[in-house]
Amino acid sequence: MDPLHQFQINPLFQIVLGGYDVSFTNSALFMVVAVALIYALLVVGMANKSMVPGRLQSLAEVSYEFVAGLVRDNAGHDAKPYFPFVFSIFMFVLIGNMIGMIPYTFTFTSHIIVTFALAATVFVFVTILALLKHGLHFFSFFMPHGAPVALAPILIPIEVISYVMRPVSLSIRLFANMMAGHTMLKVFAGFTVLMISGLGALGFVTGLVPLAINVALTGFEFLVAFLQAYVFSILTCLYIRDALELH
Amino acid sequence: MPNLLAKGRLARWSGVAGVSLVTLTTMAGTVLAAAAEHAPDAAHGGEHASGGLPQLNPANFPTQIFWLALTFGVLYYLMSKKALPRVAEVLEARQERISRDLAKAAQLKEEAEAVLAQVEKSLAGARAEALTLIGQASAEIEANNQARQAALNADLSARLTAAEASIASAKEQAIANVRIASADIARDIASRLAGIDVDSAQAEAAVAAVIEERR
Repeated sequence: MDPLHQFQINPLFQIVLGGYDVSFTNSALFMVVAVALIYALLVVGMANKSMVPGRLQSLAEVSYEFVAGLVRDNAGHDAKPYFPFVFSIFMFVLIGNMIGMIPYTFTFTSHIIVTFALAATVFVFVTILALLKHGLHFFSFFMPHGAPVALAPILIPIEVISYVMRPVSLSIRLFANMMAGHTMLKVFAGFTVLMISGLGALGFVTGLVPLAINVALTGFEFLVAFLQAYVFSILTCLYIRDALELH
Repeated sequence: MPNLLAKGRLARWSGVAGVSLVTLTTMAGTVLAAAAEHAPDAAHGGEHASGGLPQLNPANFPTQIFWLALTFGVLYYLMSKKALPRVAEVLEARQERISRDLAKAAQLKEEAEAVLAQVEKSLAGARAEALTLIGQASAEIEANNQARQAALNADLSARLTAAEASIASAKEQAIANVRIASADIARDIASRLAGIDVDSAQAEAAVAAVIEERR
């Protein structure tokens, strides 16, 4: 009945590496499942290499072209080499979110440490990219063009903080959305169960109300699952653009 | 989407992504190990399921980060090296095929238009030729008609003249006959009534005089 029980990490195999507990957990299992699904979609889908694509090939091509368009529109044409990175991010988050919509699975994107590690990977990637591309000139990013020099003591700390906060906002947005949605589904489902056990026959009737809400919420959650993957990748693209162009 | 996965750049940026992930994992691991040491209660709380949000239990952090880095790293490798180049290849081949077909269609259209122009040109030539032939024929017919008309007219006027001549000679003849008959009648009358024998020349002169007088 605990709506947070679904977020519990359960080790499946005990593994200890260098003093750290890195057991293969339910969360790890579904990360592996997500990677396998994505790879299967692209490899099985593109197996025929048909000139006129079938269903699975269309799906693979649509996902490719969707992310390619995303990168082109938001990160610019110079961002082509980073397309596989954005594609991996998008598919990993999307499939992670979507797997979570299946009952009895585990939503690894509802864990702040996972989303934070992903967001921080983006952050480190983008920062290294900017440093490689622009060298020390990168630090001019923190002083907006045309701003009076007198404002520098205020502007630079603000810019630095907003830059450093990027992975935080990026990760919390995804984590909070996924966790809140899944908790809400569980809470409403719990209402139905409570009504049936508490009100007996009447409970079967009144229990339909939270059930109906849950049906609507499930549809809404599918939207959120897609939207959050989209937002995560779009922001990744925008950060890449910032790194390439420095405003 | 040509060159989306150009080989050299891809390898370089795979390196950057890998370095990012490894750096991050190391950093996070260090921080989290420290955090876990300072929160021994939370570290064991996960087992009891009563220690608040499972997400905030630092005991889970190393395994989560480890498996995320592993799976995402594998995913990135598979996508950039295996899966995406294959998709790009198919999309490029299709694009190539489409543009080749379009070019071929344009060429065929051009050829068809050239043939059409040829046909129209020869059609116009034939039409012009037909028009001149019709013009020639009608001029010929016109000339023919005029010739025949003229011949007919000449024939008719010749016949008219001949008829008029024969009518005139008949009239002369008739008049002459009338004179002779009148002279005979006049001689006869004169001989019977007056008993005078008038010779025929005299009678004819007299008749002629009378006719001249009455005319």
